[in-house]
Amino acid sequence: MTKALILSVKDWWESQPERPEISQVHLIVGKFTCVEPASLQFAFEVQTHNTFLEKAKLNIQETPLIAFCDRCQQEYLPQIGLQYSCPECNSPMEDIRSGRELKIDRIEYAYASNI
Amino acid sequence: MHQTFDAVLGINLLHVNQQGADHNRAHFDKWGIICFNIMSSPGAGKTALLERTLVALSHELKIAVIEGDMTTDLDAERLRKYGVPVIAINTGRSCHLDSKMVAGGIHQLEHEYNPSDFDLVLVENVGNLVCPAEFEVGEHAKVALLSITEGEDKPLKYPIMFQEADCLLITKIDLAPYLDIDISRIEANIRQMNPNVEIISVSTKTGEGLEVWFDWVRRRATASQETSQVFQQH
Repeated sequence: MTKALILSVKDWWESQPERPEISQVHLIVGKFTCVEPASLQFAFEVQTHNTFLEKAKLNIQETPLIAFCDRCQQEYLPQIGLQYSCPECNSPMEDIRSGRELKIDRIEYAYASNI
Repeated sequence: MHQTFDAVLGINLLHVNQQGADHNRAHFDKWGIICFNIMSSPGAGKTALLERTLVALSHELKIAVIEGDMTTDLDAERLRKYGVPVIAINTGRSCHLDSKMVAGGIHQLEHEYNPSDFDLVLVENVGNLVCPAEFEVGEHAKVALLSITEGEDKPLKYPIMFQEADCLLITKIDLAPYLDIDISRIEANIRQMNPNVEIISVSTKTGEGLEVWFDWVRRRATASQETSQVFQQH
């Protein structure tokens, strides 16, 4: 996953004519994904060593799992690991409103213009 | 001091993998191939299922296998006995196949065979219930296996895999008499997050349920051929 993240950032970086220095990478990671933020943070530090991302900090914002029950016409918070169906009417979780995000939200960067 | 800029990307973290997956799928579509990504925890019976599938269907469908394995060639060797092309991909330390690795397999298929001859490519992923669920490889359908020895609660604990699956095989059902397990409970747990998934209970040992699985494969493969013919006519 870390490799996938670095590749996606590299893709953007290589599309920039002046190859800026990246200081922060802001991610949005949903709770209903296979990503564990602490592990990603650690792996990012290790894997960006001696690369164009060496000075970049990874900033991860987590989003909760929120589902919408069509029958009850309301949102609810499924309990990951325990219960996903609607607590009111037991309808299955079909409409996920939040929690599946795996997004590179934005990148903060600077040009080494003071040389 | 240098000035800091902000670029709003809003792209998926798996953006590059997704592009690769779409590229792979475009190749499959061009050749009229349907591709299944077969996933489960280690030891749920992916290779055994493939063995039975190759025996039953390789006379009516032209099948190739792309075999992901962390370090060995053992599963690929097992499958080569059935006379179909088996392309082994050693994933090294990676615990899942990604679209780039599968692209390597596709290029090998293209290089060594005539890919238009094939109807079905079965990708056997690395045994893992977590990461493979997030990495598309270019498949048209995701097939997940869960053996009854793993327990009823696994769909609740590893929800992404079971939520993403198009077909779910509950395997090793011949062991049910020896276990304290309620198969209907497994099904109910899966339906909590994936109400429309096709669930098929099978035993590769006794053959129970396999005909239902073969029919599912046939239906999907035939539907793909019809689409491809329409695609070629236009």
